[in-house]
Amino acid sequence: MGPVVVFVPLDAAARSIGADDVAIAVVREAAVRRRDIRLVRNGSRGMFWLEPLVEVSTPEGRVAYGPVEAGNVGELLDAGMLDGAPHRLCLGKTEEIPQLRRQTRFTFARVGINDPLSVADYEATGGLAGVRRALEMTPQEIVTAVTDSGLRGRGGAGFPAGIKWQTVLNMPSGLKFIACNADEGDSGTFADRMLMEGDPFLLVEGMAIAGLAVGANEGYIYIRSEYPDAFATLSAAIDIAYLNGWVGPSVLGTDRSFDLHLRVGAGSYICGEETAMLESLEGRRGMIRAKPPLPAIAGLFGKPTVVNNVLTLATVPPILAKGAEAFGELGVGRSRGTQVFQLAGNIKYGGIVETAFGVTLGELVEEYGGGTASGRPVRAVQVGGPLGAYLPTSRFDLPMDYEAFAAAGAMVGHGGIVVFDETVDMSHQARFAMEFCAEESCGKCTPCRVGAVRGVEVIDRIIAGVDREANLELLEDLCETMVDGSLCAMGGLTPLPVRSALKHFPEDFEHVKAVPL
Amino acid sequence: MVSKTSSSYVPWSQERAVAIFERHRTERGALMPILHELQDVFGHIDPRAVDLVAEELNLSKAEVYGVVTFYKDFRSEPPGTSVIHVCRGEACQSMGAERLARHAREHLAVDFGGTTSDGAVTLEQVFCLGNCALSPAVLVDGRLKGRVDEAGFDELVAACRTEAR
Repeated sequence: MGPVVVFVPLDAAARSIGADDVAIAVVREAAVRRRDIRLVRNGSRGMFWLEPLVEVSTPEGRVAYGPVEAGNVGELLDAGMLDGAPHRLCLGKTEEIPQLRRQTRFTFARVGINDPLSVADYEATGGLAGVRRALEMTPQEIVTAVTDSGLRGRGGAGFPAGIKWQTVLNMPSGLKFIACNADEGDSGTFADRMLMEGDPFLLVEGMAIAGLAVGANEGYIYIRSEYPDAFATLSAAIDIAYLNGWVGPSVLGTDRSFDLHLRVGAGSYICGEETAMLESLEGRRGMIRAKPPLPAIAGLFGKPTVVNNVLTLATVPPILAKGAEAFGELGVGRSRGTQVFQLAGNIKYGGIVETAFGVTLGELVEEYGGGTASGRPVRAVQVGGPLGAYLPTSRFDLPMDYEAFAAAGAMVGHGGIVVFDETVDMSHQARFAMEFCAEESCGKCTPCRVGAVRGVEVIDRIIAGVDREANLELLEDLCETMVDGSLCAMGGLTPLPVRSALKHFPEDFEHVKAVPL
Repeated sequence: MVSKTSSSYVPWSQERAVAIFERHRTERGALMPILHELQDVFGHIDPRAVDLVAEELNLSKAEVYGVVTFYKDFRSEPPGTSVIHVCRGEACQSMGAERLARHAREHLAVDFGGTTSDGAVTLEQVFCLGNCALSPAVLVDGRLKGRVDEAGFDELVAACRTEAR
């Protein structure tokens, strides 16, 4: 009998609550008991209320234990954890944990399963099938498959990926680029981080396929500096991909080349806006560019560029490997496939829920999420990051669907859902939206640069009870100016959380309170 | 990348800086990688580095200075021995991050961006560390921490101070 395989996640979130200590304890306690084990540091399954989640390989499948503390490990081994024996922390087979069993893991199929940097694991679980398929296809066939799948940009705007790729493909051949936006700055989102830490080869493969599809031989991944673990894993993954000839002068032994560079941001939220990201990649201040021209026509260094989010690119390999229909048959309306939703904030069962579009907001928050962590009633949820709307529980019937959310004055965005309990003061959240915009605005256009500062001041006056009616009217005017006059989504969408807070929670703006901080 | 402590920073050296330029010279848009490496090596972007970068990359000093000052990560002075980033994003707010942010400033007696008088800790605010299901989150010298309450924060600071000695 070979060694028992024990999995302890290396994901930054799991490590943030002690996974490293657990891993060390597993090795130590197994040695003390003379048990032969092989420790694998996998990605996270995305069930953070169970982290650190330890899994043990048994003949019947992987058995999970969690949340495990380093101090529990000896006791767990004595109880027979290495043989999958029962214990109060035993969760049964991992795949049968209710929140996981109900999911449809398409993009995240491999996250939490493998050692993220194992070439053998990657290939054994279907890795490289997408790029191999792409090498048999013409560029137009690849782009058509992406278009047919209905895949839309996962970064937030939801623009059809295939149309973007087609535009770049149609540009005359010459220098073209693939730029991956890994500047996941929205609060309540962590799916890009988890994918880069848990299945980095998938992103590399997606980048290579994008290059083959549009005729680009160079790719850049722009990752935020706040993600040191993801940077380290992705950096190692790129080196390994080069060593194995997956990228470089000859992609998988063909005459196609694709070079991949990893670049790090420097603490600027606005660099998650695609044109600001391009400026930053070029070595300039992260000031947004007016569009047109679209980056697909004149992007990085003025050349045609595909700019896609991490999850968009990472969804392409399985689309090619399994067929556009396998993805496109999931979802509702024009929101096709799955979305990697992220349950965050004051939530009992926080983490990743990858499932088809069309699941309702209420199902995600209450059924998957189990309500709040504090045990108090849910009061508001913010969907789609700091620029997304605040919604009350009366809108829990909304299906997760780009168009349905837009019609409700909200946005799906990157699929992050931040839950607040009844202690939240929505006037403070509205103020924070303006404060955040003032802090992070690149300063290029006046409605955003000045509007956000004035927005904080006006909300402060409303909160303080000064000329409330007149100031509410002024705030509405200001929001209108920002929406209509801003060059990008930073100024253009900041009014979304502000207005939705006012609309759904007007009572929070009616009583005189101390101004926060 | 905030991944090391100040004890490993080296004093300004023109030769060392030039070696950094040489390594990045052939890269497209080399300015950001160069600035990151300068800061990784020296702990901050020395004014002499700005002059040198401008000369080497054929940019005006104003352009380089503009880039350095645009990005929050780039420092004009070396940080404390440890750098602690406290997340103030919405997900962390929903779990008491504003209380933690207030506590952090009071406990360390500095505002965000400041360094404690003993030089042990530089305190920074950040809007999201990607640990939004284990809020409130804090980053200590590049190591992510989850579910950090006030007592937990004090422990992290104490560990930093022990390390600084």
